[in-house]
Amino acid sequence: MDNTTTLLGLLGTGASYGYDLKGRYDRWFGLKKPLAFGQVYTTLTRLMRNGWIVAIGAEAGAGPERKRYGITPAGRARVLEWIFTPEVPSETLQSDLFAKTIIALLLGDDAGRLLDLQRSRHMARMRELTNEKRGAGLAVVLACDHALFHIEADLRWIDLTAARLSQLQAEVKK
Amino acid sequence: MNKVETISTSARAPEGGSAPLLRARGLRLAFGLTEALRGVDLDCHAGEIIAVTGPSGSGKSTLLHVLAGVLVPDEGTVDYDTVRLTDLNETGRSRLRLDKFGFVFQYGQLLPDLTAVDNVTIPLLLAGVKRREARRRADSWLDRLGLAECSRKLPGQLSGGQAQRVAVARALATTPTMLFADEPTGSLDSLAAETVMLALTEAARDANTAVILTTHDPRTAAYADWEVVVRDGQITVGGAYR
Repeated sequence: MDNTTTLLGLLGTGASYGYDLKGRYDRWFGLKKPLAFGQVYTTLTRLMRNGWIVAIGAEAGAGPERKRYGITPAGRARVLEWIFTPEVPSETLQSDLFAKTIIALLLGDDAGRLLDLQRSRHMARMRELTNEKRGAGLAVVLACDHALFHIEADLRWIDLTAARLSQLQAEVKK
Repeated sequence: MNKVETISTSARAPEGGSAPLLRARGLRLAFGLTEALRGVDLDCHAGEIIAVTGPSGSGKSTLLHVLAGVLVPDEGTVDYDTVRLTDLNETGRSRLRLDKFGFVFQYGQLLPDLTAVDNVTIPLLLAGVKRREARRRADSWLDRLGLAECSRKLPGQLSGGQAQRVAVARALATTPTMLFADEPTGSLDSLAAETVMLALTEAARDANTAVILTTHDPRTAAYADWEVVVRDGQITVGGAYR
């Protein structure tokens, strides 16, 4: 899963302190493995270097200085590019697609459209594999079948998520 | 913010600018308070294979039946070649279906008391072909679909996949320009479904017959040139992939 752009996407919903950002990340994506604090700040530094976020004021206190981070127009463009670029089907796809769906909903963007785009990409790959099977030897046919069934499993998830999108949207807004 | 367009999900690129063989615009159809179709546009060019997919109850079968002139829409038009299908009366639509269209249904719907070859012969006789020639053509189609040894069997003696291939032979025997298939693999296991789809698509391509099929199975849809997704009576995805 692309943690960097996922964090950037979360910042797209509003400026945030690093600590709060980690909390929001963990709520959606850290169920199995919460994000380490160190990784949050390393990522934020990288995002600033790329011009995708800026520090917008600091709060002095007894402890270390607390900075708030906000997304830049270039950062927003990067998030949109990420959301609407279909992934090459692979075993890591699902977590990325899940992250894109959640971020799109949090941003109030068109999550249904990204699912449609991904569905199109998957179907295109299925057509390629189906054509490869025509007249091929059994070993190639079986290898293509293996890939086809995996892609089909992704498609079922995409269809089910599309059917549950309004429900998920309501949950995201809580 | 500008949206990033990576794949078109809207209208397909026209096939070399040629006019579509079947052209539907603004199709609407309601059953009571249920709107089955809510403004559907679709083009199908000669020889093209289109898969219509979508969840149960999305309107894909209704769309197929409207395109084939079996159902009449409340609003909108369907043009087949130079004929406005939606302006024809029932007799005119029946005639067009018999002359130009072929049909394959989920359960084959072969006539149970007739052999495979007789099932394939019937539409040829209805189209005015002489009995001997009709029989010859029916045998040829069954042979082409790998069913030569089944030609004298009754539908009840055939496997699901064989019966469905007989249905494909019956649909293509009159060399229609359009074939409509409603869930053609819906009652078959994976292997039989594959055999039927290979037979259907290869035979249709050889005959330059356009195919519009509905399916809920992505592996069946992957035999088509492109897919349209129907949700809540509207097409949400339809792109050019060739």
